[in-house]
Amino acid sequence: MLSKKVKSRIFFLAVSLISVAIVIFIVLRSLEENVVYFFSPSEIYNKTDISFDKKIRIGGLVKTNSINKNETSINFIITDLKKEILVSYNGLVPNLFSEGKGVVAEGKLKDKKYFVADKILAKHDENYMPPEVSKALE
Amino acid sequence: MFKNFFPNKILSLTNKTINSLIILLILVVVIGLTYSLLLSPPDYIQGDAVRIMYVHVPSSFIALGCFGFIGMSSICNLVFKIKFMPLLAKSLAPIGCIFSLISIVSGSFWGKPTWGVWWVWDARLTSMAILFLFYVSYILTWKFIDNFERANKISSIIGIVGLFNLPVIKYSVDWWNTLHQPSSITLTSAPSIHYTMLVPLVIMFFGMILYSLIIFLMRYKTEVIKFKLDKRKNYK
Repeated sequence: MLSKKVKSRIFFLAVSLISVAIVIFIVLRSLEENVVYFFSPSEIYNKTDISFDKKIRIGGLVKTNSINKNETSINFIITDLKKEILVSYNGLVPNLFSEGKGVVAEGKLKDKKYFVADKILAKHDENYMPPEVSKALE
Repeated sequence: MFKNFFPNKILSLTNKTINSLIILLILVVVIGLTYSLLLSPPDYIQGDAVRIMYVHVPSSFIALGCFGFIGMSSICNLVFKIKFMPLLAKSLAPIGCIFSLISIVSGSFWGKPTWGVWWVWDARLTSMAILFLFYVSYILTWKFIDNFERANKISSIIGIVGLFNLPVIKYSVDWWNTLHQPSSITLTSAPSIHYTMLVPLVIMFFGMILYSLIIFLMRYKTEVIKFKLDKRKNYK
């Protein structure tokens, strides 16, 4: 059904596509750390090569009842329901920042349990619904 | 229906058809915008900022879909050398390009009040920016290379390589930790969008599809006419 010319073109194309796919896969694998936008508290806990000078990001949920505001800074706990990290931040938090909701903190680790953030981003999930529906679900 | 895409059929596309489509488009967009901006409810977390979703999500789908077409037609082009494939892709490219730009810009306007930033280099946003660059390079290839066959080969390669970016975009939110949230609409599970918000989303999506169709038909007709004229010129 397919002429010889077409068959050879398909073969050549398939070979080049597979090689491109392999290259992209290898590139993404080696960039793994940079492609990941943030680490979860468990990933930090298990990480062996942490540098305490490098700027990193930690993401997770804000633990309920952990937000502590004082005059200079706001302290809260980021949890992924397995491990936790205490975060301290000076400045304004985004509107969507609240307990039980997602957050990404950018800054430096003081030690495996304590993180000093210089930027806070609120992360929201993929659920969309009107306020009445969410009240009915509670 | 596919017969309509063969070059000779598109030449019989009339202004009447286009005008009827435009009227339908205006209808759908007016209904869609009214629903999106006024009648649909605010989100329980994001409030009224969620309304940007009604522009952002459909344009992202279309940007991805257009490049899927372009990639597929590039493969058909290189393997089967069907002459009208590059013309199809050439007509789709500016549409997909604009929608990827709309997706990025509307996304930024959505990100600032919700996330707190205009832009981050996470996997989803970065791969969308790469998609935009693929579109631009595809379009510029056709613009700046005069020889049809050469432009055809290079743009087809761009189309095919760019095809690999599409699953990266789609699954970036699943494969890696990203700031962008996971998909709300998937093929495998029920949508996590309440129906009062899903309906205007679908209407807006339909409106953007209509818009793309109208532009595509007009462009494709122009491309076919140009192609035939060039062919005649080259035989002189």
